[in-house]
Amino acid sequence: MSPVETPKAVKVVKKSKTAPKSKKAVAPKIAPMQTLDIGDHHVTVGEIFSDKPKMTMRNINVFYADKQAIHDVSIDIAENEVIAMIGPSGCGKSTFLRALNRMNDTVEGCRVEGDIRMDGEDLYAPKLDVVELRARVGMVFQKPNPFPKSIYDNVAYGPKIHGLADTRVDLDEIVENSLRKASLWEEVKERLHQPGTGLSGGQQQRLCIARAIAVSPEVILMDEPCSALDPIATAKIEELIEELSQNFTIAIVTHSMQQAARVSHRTAYFHLGKLIEVNPTKQVFTMPEHPLTEAYITGRFG
Amino acid sequence: MQTINILFLLFGLGLFGFYLGRGRSRAIANPLGGIRQLHSLPSYYGLHTALWCALPSLFILGFWLIFNEALINSIVMSSVPIDIAPIDTASYNLLLNKVTNIASGVMPRDGQGAGVVNAADSLSSLRVTSRWSMTLLLLVLAMAGLFWGWYKVSVDFRARPAVEKVMQNLLLGCACLAIFTTVGIVFSVLFESIQFFRTVPIYDFVFGLEWSPQTAIREDQVGSSGSFGAVPLFVGTLLVSAVAMFIAVPVGLMSAIYLAEYASKNVRTFAKPALEILAGIPTVVYGFFAALTVAPFLRDLGNSFGVSISSESALAAGGVMGIMIIPFISSLADDVITAVPQSMRDGSLAMGATQSETILKVVIPAALPGIVGGIMLAVSRAIGETMIVVMAAGMAANLTANPLDSVTTVTVQIVTLLTGDQEFDSPKTLAAFALGLMLFTVTLMLNIFALHIVKKYREQYE
Repeated sequence: MSPVETPKAVKVVKKSKTAPKSKKAVAPKIAPMQTLDIGDHHVTVGEIFSDKPKMTMRNINVFYADKQAIHDVSIDIAENEVIAMIGPSGCGKSTFLRALNRMNDTVEGCRVEGDIRMDGEDLYAPKLDVVELRARVGMVFQKPNPFPKSIYDNVAYGPKIHGLADTRVDLDEIVENSLRKASLWEEVKERLHQPGTGLSGGQQQRLCIARAIAVSPEVILMDEPCSALDPIATAKIEELIEELSQNFTIAIVTHSMQQAARVSHRTAYFHLGKLIEVNPTKQVFTMPEHPLTEAYITGRFG
Repeated sequence: MQTINILFLLFGLGLFGFYLGRGRSRAIANPLGGIRQLHSLPSYYGLHTALWCALPSLFILGFWLIFNEALINSIVMSSVPIDIAPIDTASYNLLLNKVTNIASGVMPRDGQGAGVVNAADSLSSLRVTSRWSMTLLLLVLAMAGLFWGWYKVSVDFRARPAVEKVMQNLLLGCACLAIFTTVGIVFSVLFESIQFFRTVPIYDFVFGLEWSPQTAIREDQVGSSGSFGAVPLFVGTLLVSAVAMFIAVPVGLMSAIYLAEYASKNVRTFAKPALEILAGIPTVVYGFFAALTVAPFLRDLGNSFGVSISSESALAAGGVMGIMIIPFISSLADDVITAVPQSMRDGSLAMGATQSETILKVVIPAALPGIVGGIMLAVSRAIGETMIVVMAAGMAANLTANPLDSVTTVTVQIVTLLTGDQEFDSPKTLAAFALGLMLFTVTLMLNIFALHIVKKYREQYE
């Protein structure tokens, strides 16, 4: 790692560096398939940018105390696409995902640098309301984490907080719709007032998805949503992701390359905190551009 | 031989047995190709030998210490001449005392009847015989155990499980000791209480509204028939505890929430020990803080508002007790709040809830059973607390719900009934045991309730 990557140096370095870098800085919307040079040691290859970006990330660095977890990552997430983040353990994909709804704020000593925008709005602007942001960018976690409340209250939690329903009837409707969208309604409609923790693991995870979509977010982040589930439950969630992608933009971190191949439109490959390659999923799994990506998907490490 | 010498001897023999057993196991193993040929490590053979040597003797010694004296006494007393033989328990004890004192030389032999002196002599000789025969028996037993342990050492002997079993039983024994002590305490209180309830009907005690435990010493004494109605005491106890909880629960809970959820690492490392110091202050110090600082302050404050506050008020005692209990509640609540998985908070925050919404709607409900359990434990502590109320709450058994009045509590009355010289057959003294029994029952039920809730809480997330 070169010394220019020290936290405070990043921005300065970028401006003082040679031609390719400044070219990137002035022209963020480069045509697809172009190589982006982010430093003399590191290049992200592939389709990094999108014509219709929902979220744009530029030169993201994330630090845990003094340890840098994400190095200078730039990427776009397009509207209504499913983008999968893959990579070996500890490569920073979860950290990157958590930077998108500022969940990293809750981690002590964590610092995010760079420019993250959603619909052009700076998510790290001082006057931005984090609470409102998180209502717009929902999240589903690795381990199902329903609240120790009833199924109904789990789903109604967000709408109640944000005042999305004026009457009980409205709330009932939101809960039913969310559970339907999470294809859980048929299984739980008879026992809405029993504890959500009593459901099976797969049902719990779908409950968490229902809970997330109950506040009608624009983007849903999923952090290895199937890693604690059995294959049947996993299949159901994957099916669900496909349906949800019609209405939502979804970013999913996964350890399973098959899962990335099945559910995503684009795949981003992370390696040691760096974004190595972003390309349409089919291409990543058939003819990856970068040798590191190829090594990973052919199982040579990870 | 003195008991302490016997113990040293047994310990020495045990140590010797350890080295003997270990040495023999090595001696057996070496020609066969090292200790890996043995079933257990040499030290286990050593331990096995040492345990066989010392444990049986220790058991016998223990039994002997318990029953020796009583057995000798009954032998001596059954052999005294018929003319001085005791006729009832009191004279039996008197005679036994005399005999024992003469035997040990505390009382002069001169001037005593021949029967008594003879009994004293036979007591002394029996004691000597018993002690020496016991020493001999123990030594023989220890040597036999030593030999047995030594003899058992062989390649195939499973010394490790054998030692394990002894260890297990040793731990079981210690656990039983604690339980038996509790049972013993309960029974001693129970028997005294039963004696009390022979003179004062249990109904009058439990439901009586007047407490004035003065009994007549002489038949003709005026105005001291004594009335033992425990209700004013329990009302006083509840009043003081209620005041205490009224202060301790909100303050303790909120400081726990602050420490667990908001405080930065630096604040936490400073604030937690500071709270624990509060828990380390002896209750007697709280007591005079309540009696000398808080109570007069409250009285003067009341005067300036035209409210009459007794200088020994339930408010002062309860308030200081509440301060004492704050760290108790806050540390218990802090534990259960910290135990709520981070994923719960993440889930709520990711929904766009603020931190206080998250705490109020997710963290506290999830931790509630544990918090309630902690509060229950704190309540039973408040009920059983003695020193503060002795110093600050007063002695007057007023049946009142006004915290500005002076009240007395169960523990205060137990203390006053039992301090000083007391006759242990008057209902006045025995009343203390009945109060103790009732108090014990109440706190026991509270604890069982609290433990039940805490246990339920443990099954919350899986």
